[in-house]
Amino acid sequence: MPSIAKPVVRHPSQQTNELGLTIRDYEGTMSTLCAGCGHDSITAAIVRALWEIAMPPHMLGKMSGIGCSSKTPAYFANGAHGFNSAHGRMPAIATGAAAANRDITYIGVSGDGDSLSIGLGHMCHAIRRNVRMVYVIENNGVYGLTKGQFSASADVGSKSKRGESNQFQPIDPVILALGLGATFVARGFSGDKEHLVPILRAAFAHRGLALVDVISPCVTFNDHSGSTKSYLYTRKNELKATAADFVPVREEIVTSIAEEGVTSIAMHDGNIVRFRSVPEGYDPTDRQRVMSFLLDKKNSSEIVTGLLFIDETVDNLHEQNNTSAVPLCQLPYEQLCPGARALDQLQDEFR
Amino acid sequence: MQQRSRNGINDFAIKLANVNGTGSASANGLLMQAIFRMGVPVSGKNLFPSNIQGLPTWYEIRVSKDGYGARSLDYDLMVAMNAQTYARDIQEVRRGGYVLYDSSWPLDRALWRDDAQFLPIPLAEMCNSRFRNPRERTLLKNIAYAGALVAFLDIDMAVIETLLDEKFAGKKALRESNRQALHIGYDYAREHFSCPLPFHVQTMDANRDKILIDGNTAAALGCVYAGATVAAWYPITPSTSVMDAFREFCERYRREPETGRHNYLVLQAEDELAAIGMVVGACWAGARAFTATSGPGISLMNELLGLAYYSEIPAVIIDVQRVGPSTGMPTRTQQGDLLECAYASHGDTKHILLFPANPGECFEFAVKAFDLAERFQTPVIILSDLDIGMNDWVVPRLHWDDSYRPDHGRILSKEDLDRLPKFYRYSDEDENHVTPRTLPGVSPKGAYVARGSGHNKLGAYTETPDEYQQVMDRLARKHRSAADAVPLPQIEDTARSRIGIITLGGCDPAVREALDLLADGGITADYLRIRGFPFHKSVEEFLYAHDVCFVIEQNRDAQLRALLVLETCVPKDRLRSVLAYGGFPLSARHVVESVSQHVQELTIAGKMKGRSG
Repeated sequence: MPSIAKPVVRHPSQQTNELGLTIRDYEGTMSTLCAGCGHDSITAAIVRALWEIAMPPHMLGKMSGIGCSSKTPAYFANGAHGFNSAHGRMPAIATGAAAANRDITYIGVSGDGDSLSIGLGHMCHAIRRNVRMVYVIENNGVYGLTKGQFSASADVGSKSKRGESNQFQPIDPVILALGLGATFVARGFSGDKEHLVPILRAAFAHRGLALVDVISPCVTFNDHSGSTKSYLYTRKNELKATAADFVPVREEIVTSIAEEGVTSIAMHDGNIVRFRSVPEGYDPTDRQRVMSFLLDKKNSSEIVTGLLFIDETVDNLHEQNNTSAVPLCQLPYEQLCPGARALDQLQDEFR
Repeated sequence: MQQRSRNGINDFAIKLANVNGTGSASANGLLMQAIFRMGVPVSGKNLFPSNIQGLPTWYEIRVSKDGYGARSLDYDLMVAMNAQTYARDIQEVRRGGYVLYDSSWPLDRALWRDDAQFLPIPLAEMCNSRFRNPRERTLLKNIAYAGALVAFLDIDMAVIETLLDEKFAGKKALRESNRQALHIGYDYAREHFSCPLPFHVQTMDANRDKILIDGNTAAALGCVYAGATVAAWYPITPSTSVMDAFREFCERYRREPETGRHNYLVLQAEDELAAIGMVVGACWAGARAFTATSGPGISLMNELLGLAYYSEIPAVIIDVQRVGPSTGMPTRTQQGDLLECAYASHGDTKHILLFPANPGECFEFAVKAFDLAERFQTPVIILSDLDIGMNDWVVPRLHWDDSYRPDHGRILSKEDLDRLPKFYRYSDEDENHVTPRTLPGVSPKGAYVARGSGHNKLGAYTETPDEYQQVMDRLARKHRSAADAVPLPQIEDTARSRIGIITLGGCDPAVREALDLLADGGITADYLRIRGFPFHKSVEEFLYAHDVCFVIEQNRDAQLRALLVLETCVPKDRLRSVLAYGGFPLSARHVVESVSQHVQELTIAGKMKGRSG
């Protein structure tokens, strides 16, 4: 099926951001996913977050692999370069792109098949390297394009549309990422955009890799009773650990009045994220306690959402490498080639 | 077979049989380097096991005043330092040759040969009495036999001493123990035997403009000079030293003087799938990026090579070939990845391949690979091999032209884009059937989605047959037009013979030597060495110009011949294979014997009237 361009309709009253762009300017082509797909809601949240942070579209890199989720970069930010690559390989390709041009803001959109099965190793290593990128997993527990097989995130006992029950232990990307030393871990729900948008905004401001797992029901293959990734089940079992509020640096002055029960974290780029912890005492900076909280809630089948963990002190890939501030792909050739004289001198050592 | 007469001065071969991991490599390298410094053409081949310690390992040094660098199978001297392999090693010495062995332990009389001369030296005994530390005793035993060889082969002691000074600069104690060990062997040889042996080294002046370098180091240097900034890899023998060298050169040449910041990034990936992924990502973003690997890595990279081919993203891959299939023999050499690389990935894919024959070409082709990859917006694979990559070769000094500027191909700037009414990624093809690309971060007008899924010439997703075929047909034309841009074949057809000899890569020195030996025996042949794929039209012309062509290559399945049959119109029966695939570098003897036999058969069968035209 060919892609469908959206008609451009400009409403005179539509709000613009500081770049003078309306929210429509962050949209892409028409989605070809099923009506009601959770992924489309995530796309809408991404569009909103990009507009709110006034991202220049051409400074965004949209990376994806293969699967329903990986189609979605075509559905937002038309003015951004995209790379719809191969199944599971997005983290590797994004790592290379980030290595070459550190000025681009990367968002990788992946799914549970893409990231938790075929590309699991790549995801883990992108987390280890703390590549500066937003890494969204649109998690529906099922393979949609191949018609309903369980994915690695399907819970034990979760029923497929055909009535089969999943036997295998699920891989929880949030717990996995925390174990790998991830520096930003969040979980959202596609059915709660108001909660997801500030998480995404904070993710874009993060110093390294920001993993955002989003429960995103598949209306065609995994939204029935017996599924643990349905709208109904997620709504019933969701537990918000934090309600995040993203405060851009320019607004910080007027909103800095401390509220009770609110923690503020300064992001590496100077922006502020404020949390209101819903369970009292939840501390998103204490990896060990977050882990045990999540394991505990997992046992009681609760789906914990929010900005779950953050650590702004860890160097990202370029900081570890001490890479030039100018993107590697923009360094003038004269700075890269040692020249004929150096080659002559060097060769005196090859004798 | 034909054998050129050797008078022994600067014309001999020695083989050193050692135990892996005992430090013999540095002693052997020292000897070779000393001969090189004496201005004498020399080559060294390390025949080593896939092992860290304990298995047998060999090193061959061939000294040839005529400059023949291929492996010689006629050993004038065997340095037998490994009791495990005595039986075989002693048998390998030519009739009338010499065997140096460690006489600290008696040699089994059954191994004795009446047609060889034995040079017993109690190396271990002498080293044990001189040195205390057990590790030192083992290591210095090698330097002791090197000392004996200095005497036997008349190697200039001053040259050896200088090399040791350079090697142990600032390490006085080590330098002194090495000097002692060297003299233990040297003095013993002089006292007990008539030195030098009939074959030995005499100072020449053949190496003034030469260097001693391995292909992996040269390829890495080429990548630095080409302006590569991102390198991603997964460790694999025999390509690992490409990245080691790249990193070392970058530490030296790519630090910003004021800030100390790195103008490069080397990523050690989690596997080869990721390594090529990182390269593709970096090239998509506009950097020059490469990976180095070997056959098993290419197998894994197939998937993303197809993605890069179809989405038209440059990438440079250095494949240092080793023996396959599967894990094969990781420390042995072969040319077994030709077909795999030519058509790597599912569906209709074709890649640009470059075939360097020596470290000099590794340097040159590495630079060329980036230009071709960017000009044609496609992966370029350099097929080196273990013999070229890991052995030190004597080659002419590398040259660099400071006026060189990278050919980035068709990349639209912001100004270019501003002038366009609208940008479509796969439209507006040029004479090479290349369409302009855009890079992220330049302009929203240049934005598009690169994809491995079906796309039309506008860059949009498609499942429409015509639209799909239109792009695929252009890709085929684009690949064909690269035939004029890859390094031209090297042709020497002055013999005007009916026989052609075709080869590629590291076979070159053995085949050239074989051509001389065949000519001595009355068989003259023309020579063509393929240096790139797709094949230039002169390859097909050469095939048609000869009644029979021998295709000499190092794999079982005659992959180069298969590629010639697939990609040219020449009748299959004109091409006869000469194959060597046991894992050791090719020798001239093998080529001469095979070609002579073929020629004899063809003459008997009446398919060839005379030997040359």
